[in-house]
This record gives sequence, C-alpha cells and structure tokens, in this order.
Amino acid sequence: MEPLIKVENLWHIYPVGNVTALRDVSLNINRGELIGVIGQNGSGKTTLVKHFVGLLKPTRGKVYIDGEDTAPLKVQQLAAKVGYVYQNPNHQLFARTVQAELEFGPTNLGLPEDEVAERVEQAIKFFGLEDLRDLHPYRIGFPLRKLVGMASIYTMKPDIFILDEPTTGQDNITTRKVYHLIEKLRDEGATVLCVAHDMILLAEVVERMLVLRDSELIMDGTPRQVFSNHEVMASTHITPPQITILSLRLRKDQQTLDDVVLSVDEMIELTKQSNTGKK
Amino acid sequence: MSDKKPIIEFKGVTFWYGGANDKPAIKNINLTIHEGEYVALLGLNGAGKTTLQLCINGVIPNSIMGEFEGEVIVYGNDTYDTPVREMAKFVGMVFDNPEFQLSQMSVAEEIALGMESLGFSYDEMTKTITEVLEIVGLRGLEDRSPFGLSGGQQQRLSIASALAMRPKILVMDEPTSNVDPIGKEEIFAVAEQLNREKNMTVIMAEHEVEVMAAYADIVVVMHEGEILLNGTPEEVFSNVDLIHKLGLRMPQVTEYAHRLNQLNLASIKKPYPVTLDSAVERFKDIL
Repeated sequence: MEPLIKVENLWHIYPVGNVTALRDVSLNINRGELIGVIGQNGSGKTTLVKHFVGLLKPTRGKVYIDGEDTAPLKVQQLAAKVGYVYQNPNHQLFARTVQAELEFGPTNLGLPEDEVAERVEQAIKFFGLEDLRDLHPYRIGFPLRKLVGMASIYTMKPDIFILDEPTTGQDNITTRKVYHLIEKLRDEGATVLCVAHDMILLAEVVERMLVLRDSELIMDGTPRQVFSNHEVMASTHITPPQITILSLRLRKDQQTLDDVVLSVDEMIELTKQSNTGKK
Repeated sequence: MSDKKPIIEFKGVTFWYGGANDKPAIKNINLTIHEGEYVALLGLNGAGKTTLQLCINGVIPNSIMGEFEGEVIVYGNDTYDTPVREMAKFVGMVFDNPEFQLSQMSVAEEIALGMESLGFSYDEMTKTITEVLEIVGLRGLEDRSPFGLSGGQQQRLSIASALAMRPKILVMDEPTSNVDPIGKEEIFAVAEQLNREKNMTVIMAEHEVEVMAAYADIVVVMHEGEILLNGTPEEVFSNVDLIHKLGLRMPQVTEYAHRLNQLNLASIKKPYPVTLDSAVERFKDIL
C-alpha cells in the first residue's frame, strides 16, 4: 500500500541566515497511524510537519501526500487532506461565534450549505460543544477553546490531523479528554500526528514516535523503544514517564522491551506476571 | 517545621471577582507558610490557585476589583493597606506566559525596569543585573532582545527580573507550561537552587506532580476555591481516594503503590513513596 505521507531526503534551509532546519529526513507514514513527534524547540519538528500542510516547501528532497508531490500545491489545495491545529487556539480562531468558526472551513472548501451544516453538527457532537455554539470563542476558557480549534479542523474532514501540543496548559481532566478525542479521531480512520512534550500522551496514546535532534530524525520507533534508549533520552533531555523509569531501574539487568512499561496499568500487569513466576 | 518563622498568613480569606452574590474564587482560606518553604499548589484550572497567589503580593485586593474578606499578612505587612509597589520588595511574581511579562528592547533593560520604579541607583542596578543574570544562568545575554530568547530563557529572565527587587518570596504560576523539556529542567533547577541555597520561599502552582513531589516541602491541594489538603508530599499523596475524586493526578509511583495494596499484590504501608528514588528503594524486590 502506498504510504499516506512519504518524505524522501527532505532538507529545509531557511533563507534568512542560511539555517539548516531539516537535514536529509526520510520516512513513511501509513493511513491510520497515531504518531508522536518529539524533540526540543528548534530541533526541526515544527519545520517537518509544516511541510505536510504545505506551509513550507522542501529546499531539497520530496514530500508526497497521498501519492501527490506537495511542491506545486497551495495550502488551500492541501486543506481538505491535512489539517493543522495550532498550539495556541488564538492563532487560529477569528469568527464571532463557535458555530461560525466551525462553518468557516467547510464553506471555504466550497461545500454546499446542507453539507456544511451537517459537518458542524457532527463536530459539535464529537467534541461535546453543544453549550458553546453561540458563544464568542474568546468568551470561553482556554481548555475548551483548544477543543474548538480542533473542531474547526474536524469539519474539513482531513485525512491527516496535525496537533501541535494538544495538551499544553490543560489540567488533568481536560488532558484526559483530549487523549480520548485523539484516539477517537484515529478510530474514525484519521491519521494523527501529535507534536508534543507531554510524555504521558506519548506513552499511553501514540504508537510510534519520531525523535528529532539538531535538524535530524535520530529515531523512529515505538514508545517502548524510544523511552528505553538512554542515549536518545539523555541527548534530547526528554524524561520518560516516572513509571517507565521505575520499570527500567527495577529491571536493570534482564531488560527486554516487554519489561519497559508505559503506564501504571502495565506496571501492575508486570508485577502480577512476576508474582506468578516466583510461585 | 515549628522552629521556622511564619511569614505568610491567610486568615479567613474570601475573594469574589464580581459582587458577593457570585461564587467566590477562593473561599475562607486559612494558610500559614514558613520562611524557606517550597510550597506546591495543585488543583484543576479554576480551582483558585492563581487567585490565592495574587493575594500574596497584594494585587488582590489592591489592583484587581472585587470583594475581599479576611486578612493576608506577609512579613508583618497587611496586604490590604500596603501598596503593591512596597510588596514587590517581599514578593516576586512569575507567570505562565513570559511573553506577557516582557516589554523591553534588551535583557538588561528588562531587569532594570522594575528597579527603576523602586528608585535603585545606576550602580546598584548594574551590579544587580549582573548578579541576577548569573543566578538564572543568562550572563552574557545582557544586550539580546528578550523576544529572541527561547521559552525557557524568557522564563528565566522573568525570574531574574523578579529577583532584582530582592524579594524573599518567589511566587510562580505554572512557569513551565509554555516551555520545552530543557526549559522545564532549567526553570525547576533555578527555583530549587534559590530555595535551597538562598532560603527563598517558593510558592509554585504546577501540574507536574512528579516534580513537585520531589522538590516541595509542602503540597497544598485546592478545589473550587478551597484548600482541601495541606501537608508534606507524603501526607498529601497518601489521600489517594480524595485526589482521584478531585480529578487530579498523583505521582505515578504513588499510584502504583496504592494499586498494589488495593489488588493485594503487596502490602505497602502508608505513607506511600512519592519520588522515584524512594520508590526504587521500596520496590526493589517486587519484580
């Protein structure tokens, strides 16, 4: 099967200051994958995903979305396929009501009115925004405003969602809600990329991680592989979830990937297995 | 703790942003904080953490409109009738979004800004700028634009600006929520160093419970404007059921200890371990 996103030897050099932001990155992403993109600010992760939306074009190399070379495509042409949800919803929202905000995308895609209305209803239901539809986006709190940002992309039904720090500034309850929504998006068939520093999101929700450091893709693997790679963790200053580190420290000698736990639930399972083994 | 000097006292403090008919943002707060303590404030968004923090430097009730009841005493000063400018000598504030706090053309000017309003001399200002930049690890960036710094650097600059006023208390409101992992490490390290080496009192609102459990002496849990728990991390995080009920997270190792007990997989006595090192020690034979 043709990958949904195909990146071939991608280089990006920002003309101002001649800064190399991406150096020879190659990767494939298949339909339905749920992926985390991690690395420090300035490592190249935002530069990478901006190529998928058409906001940036390769200096060298190729990016294909659904088999199509993105180089000649405009952002508007990609909007039906790829949606970008900003970290700060204020950079994205501008309409006077939530309802109008949600109508904007599909209307802009040239869809008929009844189709637009149907998609808005679907988005309101999916994100649980029933009580907010007539409010000004700036009148609602930050956590819900972020959901409105996601919903306004959802109405365009893109194949690919790119979520920039979807849980930043959220408390535990809204964070859990966002995790659930990300999984639901994937269950509906979407491909989701989360650019994130939230390690619990990466451990418990995503299935594959792309690690960038100094403009290079230094690792592409499962959360278990990435979190147990000491060299990658240390050189990117990323701290795995506390329970993952606990499992690594308790099983220092006989470490297989199965011993690397990603959640408290998994740690409990591992303890049960170990108890059975002892008896 | 009893030999430590109480420096912040909340006595029956209630504050309404609107009139007294609305729901108060904080309700009947009684809280004593001692000199040199590192206090973590936990709670969901809207629990009242920011409101409580704004009472410490007197911005509430002096600069923010609303209804105020009770008393906040900081180093013997009643915040109700002490000008905020005067309170700045005791309390430095750092907020979650550094961009909101930065306004000047250079790092040095940014720090000078607060000092000018307090009437420091030029020599004192130069000396202080060097000193506080040293503390937060930004020496050499004096002439850079604050807006060209990384998020972690900007936040450390906010801390430096607060330190320039020589406060005894540093109040931080989710200072790491907009920075990357290196930035987080840097900010937590500076706060910890100030607390440990300079005996600065730190009052930090944060969602990073694992970090707070490791650094804080005292954890205060707020919910709907009230303080529900107040104690050492071990005491507070042993109240597992309440913390779950409030929708808050606890350190993952503590959660694990609790589940081991519940499922009869092991008998873990309270207080539960709250830090990684103590958990490694307690669980070393469990797998």
